Amino acid sequence: MTTAPPTPARARRGGRLLDWKLLVGVLVVGGLLALSLTTGVYDVFGAEDGSEMFAITRIPRTVALVLAGAAMAMSGLVMQLLTQNRFVEPTTTGTTEWAGLGLLTVMILFPGASISARMSGAVLAAFIGTMVFFLFLRRVTLRSSLIVPIVGIMLGAVVSAVSTFIALQTDMLQNLGVWFAGSFTSVLRGQYELLWIVALVAVAVFVVADRFTVAGLGQEISTNVGLNYNRVILLGTGLIAVATGVVTVIVGNLPFLGLIVPNVVSMLRGDDLRSNLPWVCLLGVGIVTVCDLIGRTVIMPFEVPVSLILGIVGAAVFILLLLRQRRRG
Amino acid sequence: MITLEGVRKKYSSEVAIGPVDLEIPKGGVTALVGPNGAGKSTLLTMVGRLLGIDEGTIEVAGYDVTSTPSKDLARIVSILRQENHFITRLTVRQLVAFGRFPYSQGRLTVEDEEVVSRAIDFLDLTDLENRYLDQLSGGQRQRAYVAMVLSQETEYVLLDEPLNNLDMRHSVQMMKHLRRAAEELGRTIVIVLHDINFAGHYADRICAVKDGSVVEFGTPAQIMTDEVLTRVFETPVTVVEGPNGPLAVYY
Repeated sequence: MTTAPPTPARARRGGRLLDWKLLVGVLVVGGLLALSLTTGVYDVFGAEDGSEMFAITRIPRTVALVLAGAAMAMSGLVMQLLTQNRFVEPTTTGTTEWAGLGLLTVMILFPGASISARMSGAVLAAFIGTMVFFLFLRRVTLRSSLIVPIVGIMLGAVVSAVSTFIALQTDMLQNLGVWFAGSFTSVLRGQYELLWIVALVAVAVFVVADRFTVAGLGQEISTNVGLNYNRVILLGTGLIAVATGVVTVIVGNLPFLGLIVPNVVSMLRGDDLRSNLPWVCLLGVGIVTVCDLIGRTVIMPFEVPVSLILGIVGAAVFILLLLRQRRRG
Repeated sequence: MITLEGVRKKYSSEVAIGPVDLEIPKGGVTALVGPNGAGKSTLLTMVGRLLGIDEGTIEVAGYDVTSTPSKDLARIVSILRQENHFITRLTVRQLVAFGRFPYSQGRLTVEDEEVVSRAIDFLDLTDLENRYLDQLSGGQRQRAYVAMVLSQETEYVLLDEPLNNLDMRHSVQMMKHLRRAAEELGRTIVIVLHDINFAGHYADRICAVKDGSVVEFGTPAQIMTDEVLTRVFETPVTVVEGPNGPLAVYY
């Protein structure tokens, strides 16, 4: 392209990563996290052993909010790109249910299994389940965007029914209920540290962000620019499985988070993945923290699981998205 | 040069492509024409390595498309399919920038940004570069896709029915852009066309495909005759002399 006229020297670059809006977002979420650190029944500032309680419960809980919120929101985003469907995320594709089944299986086969062994089981099952879902999508090529999450939710329901049946047979139904209800109540020092694994997932997503965006343009455009499409799908599935598996084991089910966050960010900023990722993380953390704060204060001194609040908020946003899409299309 | 030798592809017991032997020389615009279902798009997708072949070899600029790494091919040949449907909400500039992926893997250098700007300017999209694709008309969106494959700076550009869904004005504009890309930028353009008259006027060579085989290959003057077109399209065609060259009349 040598004969084209010289380009005027104006600022012609893609989206910028950092700007003042992001700074405001960071400050707001930072404020929420500070609120999370100071909210609770125990008076950490007045009581004698306050600082120790602070270190045992409040810090781990807040760190967990950050890690789980960011990981689930990013998993949702990656999944939406890879399936080219706006309505999928780990809880609408059965990935979470598979993770639960994997966890249960390890618990039954090896009753004394360590938390890392349980986690491996969950991650492995989540990977297999997500691959099953992706292969199914490829085979039937249901491109109607609403069928895809319906199929996913059905698949999840079947897997979850299997888990319930196994749990009934082995007298573990109550445990199952506790695991599935996503809650940060039991996040304590000494029990949550493996959650840091998802920070690695987040870093990996940042590094390969562009590949996921290209894959989101479809197999043909990906191949055209020389991207190994199948390898990217495999990598994405792996990252989603690790994030979902780890979060499911330590926190539980966080419904709709991966659905609403990427959609809201995309509506506001378009889909330049690299510059959106900080926003997706931030919004994921923000929403989980708000929901957790509501869950902690609404019936104080007791708590309701964060998954309950997320379910209500998420379902409302999901319906809004559907209505919005119908008006558009 | 694009060379196909004994290329075969079998779909089902009834539908099969080949054997195809074809040499498309370097430079200019080559149009693939033929009736529906003749295999034009299939041939093009096989040359662009989006579809595997059962037998034979396809070489683009001397590189075998089945054995050359896809990453390297992406700098030699680019292909744009007819339907590009995705949910990602991108601006024109972001889309065109993906044409630089084979060079930069997503981390655009200043040079990449310049190439992207040139491709955008080349297709008259300068004022639209920050608009989202879903805010554009069909013709503008099609130009954005073509800008993406041009920014890939490949010697060979394959386009599958880029005039589909375009009105007269936009079709003519698109063909003029493609001619300029061939003449000014020295690209070799292979294009599947539906309308024989567009091929007759804008192409340097026409390749007629029928029942999975290449039945004619020559200059527009050689192909634009009553006898050849009637045989290829299986419907009576009369070629008349129009104000700007021969025109096929078939209704």
